[in-house]
Amino acid sequence: MPAVERPVIRPRPVYLNLVRIRLPLPGMVSILHRISGAALFLIGIPLLLLGLQWSLAADGSFASLRTALAQPLVKLVVFGLIWAYLHHFCAGIRFLLLDVHRGIELQPARRSSVVVLAVSLALTVLIGVRLW
Amino acid sequence: MVKRILVGAHYGLKDWVAQRITAVLMVIYTLLWLAIAVIHGGIDQALWQALFANAAFRVATLLFGLALLWHAWIGMRDIWMDYVGSTALRLSLEVLTIVVLVGYAAWLAAILWAPR
Repeated sequence: MPAVERPVIRPRPVYLNLVRIRLPLPGMVSILHRISGAALFLIGIPLLLLGLQWSLAADGSFASLRTALAQPLVKLVVFGLIWAYLHHFCAGIRFLLLDVHRGIELQPARRSSVVVLAVSLALTVLIGVRLW
Repeated sequence: MVKRILVGAHYGLKDWVAQRITAVLMVIYTLLWLAIAVIHGGIDQALWQALFANAAFRVATLLFGLALLWHAWIGMRDIWMDYVGSTALRLSLEVLTIVVLVGYAAWLAAILWAPR
């Protein structure tokens, strides 16, 4: 009688080490979608509201908004937020397409994740160059 | 509270759908801005102020803000659910998120309809 093959017992649940794990590209897009979303909530919305308030105030705050936006540090933050918005936007459209079962096979999904990363970065640079 | 059926995997469906519908609404609003910028060859101060003087545009902007509020609530709640194990801390963060988001919405309405 052959020996019964015993399944290897692994401890469950498995905790992944987030620092050592090497994410595939679609995984990168996914976690960046989450990070950019959180950044937009924590920093993007309040700054956008502040900017909108200044831009529409009757007392000529439009000029002071311009001055503020000319600060290198502010520019850097705005640059980051533009990337966050664009990445969240592009990755979101990719997720919507995946939801309706477009491009769910491995190769198209990998390709579209590269497209999301590339397009959002390229648009950020393009807009950044125009704003600078 | 919300009436929930605690069997099957369906009770998150409503939020899942809401997150996607609000996303599409925000895409439309973003494309509206893009179209305005393309038609006018950029956006200067005069156009900016003319846009926000238009009541329909202000309503559209408020709708964008409300879609954003709902969308961000679902996203942030997912983040708190995934990473914050302590029920007390998670509940506090969720309440804080709601308070902040409703505050943002009120602020947006106040900006849009401030006397100018």
